[in-house]
Amino acid sequence: MTRQQVLDLYFMEARSKVLDLAAFLDRMDRAEGKEDFRLAALREAISQLQGRRTRRAEKVLLSLSDPSVTPVDRAMGQGACGAWAGPIAPARRKKKPNSV
Amino acid sequence: MRYIEPHGHMVSRTTDDYQDMATAGCQVVCEPAFWAGFDRNSADGFYDYFSQLTEQEPKRAARYGIQHYSWICLNPKESENLDLAEEVLSIIPEFLAKPRVLGVGEIGLNKNSRNELKVLEKHVDLAAQHDQLILVHTPHLEDKLKGTRLILDLLRNDARIRPERVIIDHVEEHTVKLVLNRGFWAGMTLYPESKCTAARAIDILDLFGTDRIWMNSACDWGHSVPLAVPRTALEMKKRGYTRDIIDKMIYRNPIEFLSQCPKFKVPEE
Ligand SMILES: [Zn+2]
Repeated sequence: MTRQQVLDLYFMEARSKVLDLAAFLDRMDRAEGKEDFRLAALREAISQLQGRRTRRAEKVLLSLSDPSVTPVDRAMGQGACGAWAGPIAPARRKKKPNSV
Repeated sequence: MRYIEPHGHMVSRTTDDYQDMATAGCQVVCEPAFWAGFDRNSADGFYDYFSQLTEQEPKRAARYGIQHYSWICLNPKESENLDLAEEVLSIIPEFLAKPRVLGVGEIGLNKNSRNELKVLEKHVDLAAQHDQLILVHTPHLEDKLKGTRLILDLLRNDARIRPERVIIDHVEEHTVKLVLNRGFWAGMTLYPESKCTAARAIDILDLFGTDRIWMNSACDWGHSVPLAVPRTALEMKKRGYTRDIIDKMIYRNPIEFLSQCPKFKVPEE
């Protein structure tokens, strides 16, 4: 596909998603109380978009992933939440059902 | 358009969904055993579910002219109770012998725990002993990368397992290369929010080609779209893919993999 064709097909969708992201960050700023690790993880993911990079989607996914290789002792019934809490913070995770 | 839905949890869907899928050209649906949204308390509960998959659902699908096959296993989410898991594993061979069962699936990992790995290993052993195809579920979101690595290592360490007889499902941009480079098949799940959108799934085809890969809707009781495969086919058309390559992706590739099970019958033209 040409760049023009990609723009014609996907620009409006990308524009809408950037706006949603900006509005989400504004909404977080207006809200009260403490944030958890997910916001920092999202900011780190967003930083992968800037500049002339390659494989951005892969890098965003890697930045949100658990990089460890050792199995955990026990699955405590928690679902995934979309960002890695880090090696010592599973208790901070919000319990949330996930899809199948 | 003709297509195969290689991963749909039809017990969660309505007859309207069957109607829509048939209207869009669905010829075959394959249904892996999965988690019901709550933990089942007994092996009898699993027995009934496996019976529903192998006896009831094929009849329901047939009313819409769709062939129905299933895969049997215990879901990784149900692995922490090892006693129950052992009991369920012992009833699985009875179902593997049924005429519309394609293999062991969807096995895999969920939170990458030691017990999940133990139960995965037992399923892989069962598949090897009974010469079955394997369909693997990879974990969600932040757990996917680690889980995919653990699963691939486990499979590669069992010399009886031939990678071309295993499909690793729910791949995304950060795991697809690991799967394809080791000779396995890769499945892309088309979900509205998590896993792959249609646009990203087609990006993966742009980058990695159309061999040893399929697309599925994994429609279930959660937020999912039973028509995701034909809709992605339409988007492939907009992206300049030919009718022949689209047919390969949504029809001939699933047939190529599934035909490794002698019980799978190619739909009549
Ligand atoms: Zn599934």
